[in-house]
Parts: sequence; structure tokens; C-alpha cells
Amino acid sequence: MSLNIILFKMVLLCYLTATVLYLLHVVARKEKPGQIARWVLLGGALIQFVSFILRYTQLGYTPVTNMHESLAFFAWCLVVIFLLFDLRYRLSVMGAFSSVLAVITMLGSGIAPRAVEPLNPALNSWWFPLHVTFAFLGNAAFALAFGAGVMYLLQDRMLKSKRFSTLYYRLPSLDTLDSINYRALTFGFPLMTLGIISGAAWAESVWGTYWSWDPKETWALMTWFVYAALLHGRLSIGWRGRRAAIFAIIGFICLLFTFLGANLLLNGMHTFEAFQSKPY
Amino acid sequence: MQILVVGLSHKTAPVEIREKVAFPPTAMGEPLHQMLALETISEGIIVSTCNRVELYATSREPERAIAQLQHFLADFHQLPFTQIEEHLYDLRGEEAIRHVLRVAASLDSMVIGEPQILGQIKTAYGYASEFKTAGLILNRFMHKAFSVAKRVRTETAIASNAVSVSFAAVELARKIFSNLEDKTVMLIGAGEMCELAARHFINNGVAEVLVTNRTFARAEKLATEFKGRAVSFDNFRDQLHQVDIVLSSTGAPDYILEAKKLSEVIRLRRNKPMFLIDIAVPRDIDPKANKIDNIYLYDVDDLQGVVQANLKERKKEADKAEAIINEEILQFYRWLSTLEVKPTVVALRQKLEDLRQAEVKKTLASLTADPKTTKAIESLTRALVNKILHQPTSILKNAQNSEDGETYIDAVRTLFDLPTPKPEDSVVTDETELKK
Repeated sequence: MSLNIILFKMVLLCYLTATVLYLLHVVARKEKPGQIARWVLLGGALIQFVSFILRYTQLGYTPVTNMHESLAFFAWCLVVIFLLFDLRYRLSVMGAFSSVLAVITMLGSGIAPRAVEPLNPALNSWWFPLHVTFAFLGNAAFALAFGAGVMYLLQDRMLKSKRFSTLYYRLPSLDTLDSINYRALTFGFPLMTLGIISGAAWAESVWGTYWSWDPKETWALMTWFVYAALLHGRLSIGWRGRRAAIFAIIGFICLLFTFLGANLLLNGMHTFEAFQSKPY
Repeated sequence: MQILVVGLSHKTAPVEIREKVAFPPTAMGEPLHQMLALETISEGIIVSTCNRVELYATSREPERAIAQLQHFLADFHQLPFTQIEEHLYDLRGEEAIRHVLRVAASLDSMVIGEPQILGQIKTAYGYASEFKTAGLILNRFMHKAFSVAKRVRTETAIASNAVSVSFAAVELARKIFSNLEDKTVMLIGAGEMCELAARHFINNGVAEVLVTNRTFARAEKLATEFKGRAVSFDNFRDQLHQVDIVLSSTGAPDYILEAKKLSEVIRLRRNKPMFLIDIAVPRDIDPKANKIDNIYLYDVDDLQGVVQANLKERKKEADKAEAIINEEILQFYRWLSTLEVKPTVVALRQKLEDLRQAEVKKTLASLTADPKTTKAIESLTRALVNKILHQPTSILKNAQNSEDGETYIDAVRTLFDLPTPKPEDSVVTDETELKK
């Protein structure tokens, strides 16, 4: 077993443990596991960071070129963004959501083909790591906004209908969820914008054109507009609460399609596995 | 020595009976002394609240003691025994311990998790200490009960959700706003429940209180009481957009707040949420308002429903508390079983014999002694141990029949650092006895 695989498994184990601990805290209301969980999560993120550095020195380029690496990197971004939010909000339900999502993406990464294709020259650029990091961190923030949005809708529903399930006692207040939604948006939106700009600059440096309307670019632009509308609504028309939550959910669905759908279903220059057979 | 409980509670007796056997808190000396004067009772505590009257005692003759305690309860209050007999329960040993721990942890209360009972038991224990009717066992036992109650309170959510309508309103507000410190409350009309809820909100730190009433003087009076501001009834609607929480209970026959007006208000507030509590019957606020985004409208029945849901949640937490109590019973029972004379004497002998043998072995190893010397050393040390043990052993054996016997046993155990028998040990001895 290579070092890469050992590290990968260690990270997965950390995220899995954190998930169990967070769920223990949320469901069984035990105090201690919730406190340990964030340190386990932090440990996992550090190990994963080390493994990126190792992989980078092995390969000589940023290791986010196939589905396996991309998903793992996304899981890392998610955990990092959650830990940042955790500094302020300390919410185990969000921890449970983030760690579950991180485990799912890591598992997805585990099944995705690991084969390292010969590196496409287009990827060997300084724009590439910038573009990927901005885009993924932004996506991770939007994932948190999505989680808070779903919880908001559930909590709002219970408060309106006056029928409380056990979940009611576990979920934070509407105000807290709405403010996470807002913060995640103000975090994610600039990152996504930077991701798109750096991507365009990169495209220009490699292909000589900023924008070429491939499916992924089109979807990304659409998603950007959804989030732009939400940000505008929040800042100038006083959108909040349910409507903001719904928008965050729609935005994230678009994002998922941009990230996964465009790679799996549609062909374009962002699908690197197919890149060799279909040169630009 | 056994721990005993005799008494009755809201579960076994109606209030007509409970009030007859209750002990007035101002004169606890007399009943405590009378209880201790019963020949079978070594220690005693009387817990008397509006929901229960219970006698906690220790005795070496549990069955006789229980009968005496039962009659004491009737005789002291000059009641015919037959009148209270059917309502009484009596518990001994482990069952008695479990019962007291459950009572202290508020698992046996009418409203599970209510906090008063612990204070009431502490007061009862205070009287017993004052009149010196609690001894070694009940002292230790009561402190155990207090620490278990504290553990249950911190490790389970048994007391975390409101079970009164007015407090449920505050908790709901927290689920909507999270922070009440920058929120404004408006009181429309007056009424006991409304004012109580307002007081809860003030205690939870709301920033401002507005009061309105058809009679302005009434509004002003309440406003000074709450350190708030009075608003005239004619234009309170114009101020609604600055209000986060509305408490309404007027005697108006029709709605005083229409849904249409409220959707205007929400627009003015730029969708900042509003929590409306309508305690009036007939209702003050159009129920359709609940359909408006960011408005949460609760009437009396809704709040009652919340209380019911909270009670259900408390019952779930109670299961966790039972597990904690089981754990603690085991621990306490282990300590109690060390207070028996026979095992203590055996353990004491064993301890000294072990020491003797170890020292003899050490001495003989450094000394090339002939068999005669060895024998002499053996018998010297053995005689010494026997002489040392003679007096303590006979005192312990006599202690069996005296009031403060357990005190000696406990002292011996502490002085000689005797090990607490583990439950596994007793299982092993049982098996060996079976084989014989």
C-alpha cells in the first residue's frame, strides 16, 4: 500500500470518527463527543494537507486533475471552511452536516478512477491552483449555506405548523441559521467570483480566449447569477429567512450540476479525462 | 442496617389525605424526635412537601420498623390508621435507595424535572442535621442523593424545556431570534398570563417594553412597573414595525390586528421576523397572519401544545436519568455493605496477618535462623497481632447491637485502609458456598 493510500484512509477515518462524534452529540446530547469531534476533524484536515504537499512534490503539479483528487480536495475545502465557521458559531448540527458531506465526498473520491493521465500541458500553469482553490473554497462555503438553508426550512416549518419533532430541540434558532446563510454567502460569493476570473485569465494565457462557453462555464455563470441575485436581494431589498434559504438551496443544486453534472454528462474542456481524445 | 422509606405521594394519595399528614415546616423538631424515639429506628429524616410526605430511616429490624413508622405517621397527626393505610407505600434496601434518588432527581415529581424538590429535600435534611436525627448512613446517603440529582441535571436535558405556558413563550422566542437582548416587546391589554410572560421576557434581557391599553392610565401604570414606555391605544399600530415580540390579551370581541395590517408591518420591517403571542379569548390577532412569511403567531392552545411536546421530551430524558441512578445505586450499595461487622473483622484480621507474614519473611531472609528461632519469631508475631486485635474486635462485635455501631465500623475501615469488597468477590464466595 502506498503512502498516498494510507494517508487517504487515515483522513477518511478521521472524518468518519468526527461524524459519529457529532451525531452522538446532536442525537444523544452528550457534551464531550461534540468537543472532541472538532479536533478530530482538524486532525483529518491537517493529514490531508500533508498528503497534498506530498503529492505535489511527487507529481510536480497541483494534484486536482482527476475526479478522485477533485473530490478529495473538495472534502478538504469543506472541512476547512466549516472549521472557520465553527470558530464563531460552535454548532454541532452544522458539524454533523459538514462531516457527513465530507465523508460522502471522500467515499466518492475513493471509488472514482485514480489513474493519473499524462498531464495535459494546459494544467501546468500557475493559474491552475489559484483557479481550483478559489472555486472549491467558494463551493464549500455554499455547501454550508445549503446546509443552513435546509435546516432553516425545517425549523421554520415546525415553528409555523406548531408540530415539533425531536429535531426541533436539536436545531439552532432561525436567526442563527439565517446569519450562517448570510455569512457563507458573503464568504463564498467573492471566492467564486475570483475563481471565475482566475479561470478566465488562465484560459486566456493558454488558449488565447477568456471565455469559450463550454458547458461548465455556462453553468458556472448561471450559478454565479443565482448567488448574485441572492446577495443583491439580501443587501438591498431585505430578503432573508425562508426566501434566502430557498435561494441558497437552488444555488447549491446548480453548483452540484456545474461541478459533477458537467463533468459526467457533458463534454467540454473541463473534463480532463476525456481531454486526450478530444483536444481543444 | 437497612435504609427504609415509608410515605405517600401525589401518585398514591389525593390532596385531602396529603394535607392531613403534612408536617408544618416551622416545627420539625417534635416529629423528628418522636420518630427517633421509636425503638427500632436508628436514624431518621422527614420530607414533607405539598406533593409528598415521606419518612427516611435506618433500622436493623426493617419489618417491625416499617410498621412502627406507618403507625407513627397516623398517630402523630391523630388520624385513624385505616384512613391512610391504603395510600402508604413502604420500601427497603435497594428499592428504598432507588426511590430517594429518583425523588431527589425529580423523576418522581408531578412535573418531571421540576427543580423545587431538591431544595425541599435539602431543607428536610437540614432539619434532621439541626436536631441530630441523621447519622452516618443517612448523612452519606443524602449527600449521595444531592450529587446524583446534580449529575442528572447536568448530564441530561431533563429540565431544559419549559413546562409553563409563559416560559414556553420565551423559549419559542429564543428559537426564532436566538438573542433577546436587542429585542422590543409590546404588551397589548393586560392580564395575568400576559404580565407573567412579559416579566419572563424582561428577566431574559429584552431591550425595551412598550405597553398599550384602552385605558391609558392602566398602560402607564404597567409601563412604570416594567420600566417601559406607554403607548396610546389609538396609534399603537403605527409603532408595530419597531416591535419584535407582541403579547396580546385584550377583551376585544373582534380581531384588533388584521393579517393585512401585519403584512404591511412586515414589509416596513424589511422582513425581520415577528413573534406574536395571542393569549386573549376570543382571539386578538387574525390567525391568517401565521401564513405570512416571517410572522410566527401562537395562541393559547398552541402554547399549551408546546408545553405538551416539552413534557414528552423530558420523559425521554428521564430514561437517561434512570441509567445514571442505577449506576449510583450500585456504588452506594457497595459502601453500605462494608458496614457489616463480620466482613470487617475478617478483613481487619486478614490485613494484619498479611503484614505479619510479610515482615516475618523479610526478617528470616536476612537472618540464617535455626528452626527453633524461626518458630519463636512466628509465635511472637502471631501473639502480638492477636493482642493488638483483641480490643478492637470485641468492640466491633458489641457495636453490632449499639446505635452508633456503623460509626466504629466505618472508622476501622478508614484507619486500617481496608478494601471495599467488590461485587465480583461476593459472587465468587456464593459459588464456593454452593459447591460445599
